[in-house]
Amino acid sequence: MRSEPVLQVQALVKRYGTKTAVNGLDLVADAGVTAVLGPNGAGKTTTVETCEGYRKPDSGTVRVLGLDPVRESAALRPRIGVMLQSGGVYSGARADEMLRHVAKLHAHPLDVDALIERLGLGSCGRTTYRRLSGGQQQRLALAMAVVGRPELVFLDEPTAGLDPQARRATWDLIRDLRADGVSVVLTTHHMDEAEQLADDVAVIDAGKVIAHGSPEELCRGGAENTLRFTGRPGLDVGSLLKALPADSTAAELTPGSYRVGGKVDPQLLATVTSWCAQHGVMPEKISVERHTLEDVFLELTGKELRS
Amino acid sequence: MTTTVPGTYTPQPGAAPLPRMIAAQAALETKMLLRNGEQLLLTVVIPTLLLVLFSSVDIVDTGKGKSVDFLAPGILALAVMSTAFTGQAIATGFERRYGVLKRLASSPLPRWGLMTAKTASVLVTEVLQIVLLTAIAFALGWSPHGNPLAVLLLLILGTAAFSGLGLLMAGTLKAEATLAAANLVFLLLLVGGGVIVPMDKYPSGVQDVLGLLPISALSDGLRDVLQHGAGMPWGDLGILGVWAVLGLGAAGAFFRWE
Repeated sequence: MRSEPVLQVQALVKRYGTKTAVNGLDLVADAGVTAVLGPNGAGKTTTVETCEGYRKPDSGTVRVLGLDPVRESAALRPRIGVMLQSGGVYSGARADEMLRHVAKLHAHPLDVDALIERLGLGSCGRTTYRRLSGGQQQRLALAMAVVGRPELVFLDEPTAGLDPQARRATWDLIRDLRADGVSVVLTTHHMDEAEQLADDVAVIDAGKVIAHGSPEELCRGGAENTLRFTGRPGLDVGSLLKALPADSTAAELTPGSYRVGGKVDPQLLATVTSWCAQHGVMPEKISVERHTLEDVFLELTGKELRS
Repeated sequence: MTTTVPGTYTPQPGAAPLPRMIAAQAALETKMLLRNGEQLLLTVVIPTLLLVLFSSVDIVDTGKGKSVDFLAPGILALAVMSTAFTGQAIATGFERRYGVLKRLASSPLPRWGLMTAKTASVLVTEVLQIVLLTAIAFALGWSPHGNPLAVLLLLILGTAAFSGLGLLMAGTLKAEATLAAANLVFLLLLVGGGVIVPMDKYPSGVQDVLGLLPISALSDGLRDVLQHGAGMPWGDLGILGVWAVLGLGAAGAFFRWE
């Protein structure tokens, strides 16, 4: 079933004074989990906050669930859930009190007690927001984004500053949301997060989308992946190449050390090992190097992702 | 790890009915205010202390008659200022700073709904203050006169004027600046606005200027009615009306939500 995209951003430009935060950005997100990946200052938050209706585009158009987030804000707001990068809670409010309050603003909220238990917020007790740990504050903000049973949630760096366990809990919740048909748009500068969670990744740098696709497509689309093995020196690389698919490469880098490039999948690995078997070669130290989103990002921009 | 039944999160969006949203918001705002120690100091402790202290001990010459008859109307004006102006400015300033206003702006509650809830919360707090301070004033021998409708009008216009100024401050300055300025203004108006110090203690030229302040208009109007049994204090109502229009208008134009 194909439905209309949850997010359509066309040629979005947003400036703050003389600084251009978003510079002609195009992004279409379908149902599922979309990760907006990029270094700090790339324009992730500005893009997401424009979709949430907080900022008016200087030019370009934004449609969220088919609605203009500024002009049709009243119709859109009940249908989305928002997790800001920080804050959003009365400093004197307790976690459960704030979550119950947000639930009251919606017609069919989730069971608040179950959500509190699920996100481990029960231990906050009577502690007010300002005295909660950073991780507890993050999880409360996440809970506030989902409690109204939205169709689409925006999560701005949902796992920033979380310990590994809390991060895992957040990932599990995002997977459950997806399984139940909630669309998720999240920003992150952790490539593993995008690889683990996202159906679709938009890589943003300097206010533009520079690559877009599934994690697999992006990793394949960059430089080719490689398979390395060592064996006796002077193997017939030409013969190996003939056994491989057409777009592959093979070379002896240093005597006894070989590299095979191309679409490295189980079939290719089987082809290489069976060629070795036919030629009486024992491939030692055989290894596959997959490109990560981080490599892709580095190739696209020449910059580290976590800057 | 608790397992979650599939379908738990299946979308079922919708805003709660508007009156329920506003009531919930007003209840939460009032709870936050009553839980905050500094706010209680400002809205309850200081007015109560001033009323009791200055009625019992002859520190300021309040003219002829019982001092509580002079002080009670001024303290009621102070109570309105402490909640509608100082308290609301500080609370809203920090809500803006900590992203509360921003987060609520993307909730189903419309912005005007949030402002309605804030006003309701201010009014509820004022009712509590007035009940408490009136009871204390009666215990101190207060004998008020006058037209209750005039009192009500003064309190409402005073609340509108101070709310506008408080929100203007909260929506334009940084939270720390609002905190400092709102407290300073509170102190200056407490001394210079006819709350506990009669205006005729000041030179006549200064009096004319001070008389145009919203606090002077409110305390003077309340005193005219409650102490002297005057009819509608149109002059004071007019001054408060002008402040209300200017303050709320400027707040509406310049208020920034983040």
